[in-house]
Amino acid sequence: MPMRVHAIEKVVENTPIHKTFYFNDRECRNAEPGQFIMVWIPGVDEMPMSLSVIGKQQAVTVEAKGEGTKKMHEMKEGDKIGIRGPYGKGFSLSGEKKLFVAGGTGIAPLMPLIKMSGGKKTVILGARSSHLLLFEEELKSMDVELHISTDDGSEGHKGFVTDLLEEMADADKKFDVAYACGPEIMMRKVLDFCLENSIPMEASLERYMKCGIGICGSCAIDGYHVCRDGPVFESSILSKIEDFGRWKRDESGKKVEI
Amino acid sequence: MCLETSVGPLKMKNPLMLASGVLDMTRGSMERFREAGAIVTKSVGMGERKGYGNPSVVELEHGLLNAMGLPNPGVDEYLKEIEGIDVQKIVGSIFGKDEHEFARVAKKIEVAVDAIEMNMSCPHAGSYGAGFPTDKISDAVSAVKESVNIPVFVKLGMENIGRRARAAEEGGADAIVAINTVRAMSIDIETAVPILSNKVGGYSGPAIKPIGVRCVYELSEEVDIPIIGVGGITTAEDVIEYMMAGASAVQIGTGVYYRGEKIFEEISKELREWLEAHEYGRIKDVIGAARA
Ligand SMILES: Cc1cc2nc3c(=O)[nH]c(=O)nc-3n(C[C@H](O)[C@H](O)[C@H](O)COP(=O)(O)O)c2cc1C
Repeated sequence: MPMRVHAIEKVVENTPIHKTFYFNDRECRNAEPGQFIMVWIPGVDEMPMSLSVIGKQQAVTVEAKGEGTKKMHEMKEGDKIGIRGPYGKGFSLSGEKKLFVAGGTGIAPLMPLIKMSGGKKTVILGARSSHLLLFEEELKSMDVELHISTDDGSEGHKGFVTDLLEEMADADKKFDVAYACGPEIMMRKVLDFCLENSIPMEASLERYMKCGIGICGSCAIDGYHVCRDGPVFESSILSKIEDFGRWKRDESGKKVEI
Repeated sequence: MCLETSVGPLKMKNPLMLASGVLDMTRGSMERFREAGAIVTKSVGMGERKGYGNPSVVELEHGLLNAMGLPNPGVDEYLKEIEGIDVQKIVGSIFGKDEHEFARVAKKIEVAVDAIEMNMSCPHAGSYGAGFPTDKISDAVSAVKESVNIPVFVKLGMENIGRRARAAEEGGADAIVAINTVRAMSIDIETAVPILSNKVGGYSGPAIKPIGVRCVYELSEEVDIPIIGVGGITTAEDVIEYMMAGASAVQIGTGVYYRGEKIFEEISKELREWLEAHEYGRIKDVIGAARA
């Protein structure tokens, strides 16, 4: 899909490290939750980003960590960005009792999914510290059961989101389906939990990406390409991917440990 | 209908090869192409290279523009990657700055591949690729020929292709692969900024097919060694056209973007149907049919 260039319509600062950039792109209006776009910062970089808002306006939520994302954080309303996509396979909606597990910025692609899905929704949201919890207020205003966990214990459970999974199992909640996005070690643990408890699960993966359209192979994970076969994969496939939670590839294609 | 063909000593069950640079950097990706007569792996050099920054690909109306910048993990990682790979035939694409580097990389991968493809045509990688001087081609090819005992192909771009192909033939090349991407550019007019981070890249896909066909046609006059046609192939008819121009086999890269990896299986089937409908007994009879 050719690139479209749009002016940013609104910038919202969510946390000290997260900003959400709104735009209006016809192709993105009907994207599936979990799909991503390639965002071009003219003359600087191009990066894959999951849509965090889908609808009349769309948005990506960006954590400032690398050179490109830091440059993105300097951008203001009216500045121009290029967009290709939406690309890839998103989440599939199913089941009544749903569990969403998000670590850090991983809540971003889950937000449109949570909004679009009905039934009984439980969200486990984790971050390093209270002030870095992304979309906490928005989730509190929604019809979801929200559990918080922070690494430093400044809010909610002290520890990892995955600790809370065990509590969920104890409470015998019997989820029909689980969705996860966040650090890969976390997603691997969610997968193991779901396999043990026979809960179908989907997770959105992140890999270094160049083309975004399934030709260059930079984002290969075993025989799959995150950009075209993913970024969302279901548990039946994830459980077979040996690289999952263990290996990724750098810009040269070399395998490096996660 | 027989689809078997051969390029010099390399025999293939069908004439469809996966072109270098498209989903052929990792073993898992390559094994999705078991239907291809051969796969040509992503060009590899002596040491690791990260390639250019993003954007490295631009999607255009009639093809793709890319400037990956020859990213590769280096020849030692490459060998680990392809060890025990399950594909029909594997051709190792290599690049080098001079004849010594070409010969060293070729020697290293010889045990693991069925043939070598010397990339002397990447249009956006400086003196690697298309910038490799024409007057050094013959020496580089003979250096590689001396260091290995498997077939050696030389991949060339459209520029100056006749002279460069003759130089490769003089050096002892077993076949010419033509063409690589065509040097091109795309500018975003809203921001007045060239889109690729490298500004200039290589154009592939349907837009370049007539250029590739012309190169193959003219080359089959210029040289006596076999030619492998590449550039813009997305259908069985495209394959036939290249083979009628004189190609003994073809490579498909960007076609994978348009039709997915199933393109190999589908075109094989379409080729059989076409041959049958046009009363050709075997694909080999098509080679050079358009040449008087
Ligand atoms: C993303 C991409 C990467 C490529 N990388 C290489 C490469 O490493 N070595 C090479 O010889 N050709 C490379 N090529 C060129 C292709 O092998 C082929 O010659 C060209 O794309 C024309 O064929 P097509 O239209 O079927 O893609 C690359 C092409 C693309 C699109």
